Amino acid sequence: MSRFSRINLLLVALVVIIVAAPLVLGLGRGEEPFSGADAQAETGITEVAPAYEPWFSSLFEPPSGEVESGLFALQAALGAGVLGYCFGVVRTRRRLQGERDDVEDPTPPESDRAA
Amino acid sequence: MHIAEGYLPPVHAAAWTVVAAPFVVHGARAMVRQVREDPDSKLLLGAAGAFTFVLSALKIPSVTGSSSHPTGTGLGTVLFRPPIMAVLGTIVLLFQALLLAHGGLTTLGANAFSMAIAGPWIGYGVYRLTRRFGLSIAVFLAAMLADLSTYCVTSVQLALAFPDPVSGVVGSIAKFGGIFAITQIPLAVAEGLLTVLVVRLLVRNSPKELLRLGVLRRRDETTTPATPQESRP
Repeated sequence: MSRFSRINLLLVALVVIIVAAPLVLGLGRGEEPFSGADAQAETGITEVAPAYEPWFSSLFEPPSGEVESGLFALQAALGAGVLGYCFGVVRTRRRLQGERDDVEDPTPPESDRAA
Repeated sequence: MHIAEGYLPPVHAAAWTVVAAPFVVHGARAMVRQVREDPDSKLLLGAAGAFTFVLSALKIPSVTGSSSHPTGTGLGTVLFRPPIMAVLGTIVLLFQALLLAHGGLTTLGANAFSMAIAGPWIGYGVYRLTRRFGLSIAVFLAAMLADLSTYCVTSVQLALAFPDPVSGVVGSIAKFGGIFAITQIPLAVAEGLLTVLVVRLLVRNSPKELLRLGVLRRRDETTTPATPQESRP
């Protein structure tokens, strides 16, 4: 495996470790472990200003937690799909470019091609 | 960092909207210019927007026992500079406000200011200052600090709107900072690493575009992996 790929794998591994560590170590606390910080801030507001009433509510509210998580998944899927498409395009473009150069100009193929 | 719909008093909500609007308008013009002058950059523009889309949808557990999400603004900031990131970030926030009831229309200005304006500009400043130490280091610090500073700004925004009755704004900054900023530290590190990964893949696969965007410079080419035709003068 090339050095380039090894470093990339190391980066992925580090991210996975950082994300998984709190779950594996069981650091969740309170009634709902790993509740959202955004929701905690709402609670914080009501602690500081008990009299405060939100003066506007969302035009559309996902009717259930399931629908909401589905929409979040949709958001991530859209982003990941576009990102994957972009990488597919640049990678294919580079390969075709490389092949064309190989014909025009006999440069040695890149050592990382197989990576 | 999403301040929920209606959770900022009207005066604050209006003020942040007024502050954020010029950045977004200026960014929209910058984006139109970018696409017109360099149509090939549309692909990477899409990648930068998509990266924010993915990362800001993921709620990730943190060592504090709560979970929060990264911002994903570091990549667009480095590739296209903060004005364009202001537009991309605001689009994501608008999507979440309208469809997910996450954030809100009344708090869109405040949320856009923290995630799409303040974070990217702070990240960009760090990027410029540290660029000479290498692309990966600069990208890591930019993405990490864009993420972390976003949450610090949110804490300040909430503290200004809801000062603690006893300890005032400072006490509230500590309170909301405790909720947001500490939780965010490991997530910001993870986002920094992930952004470095994406930039590495782009350097490998799309060096010409990065040269054109000014992310890579001619003299980087000896140290960064580039295609054969790029590495010759």
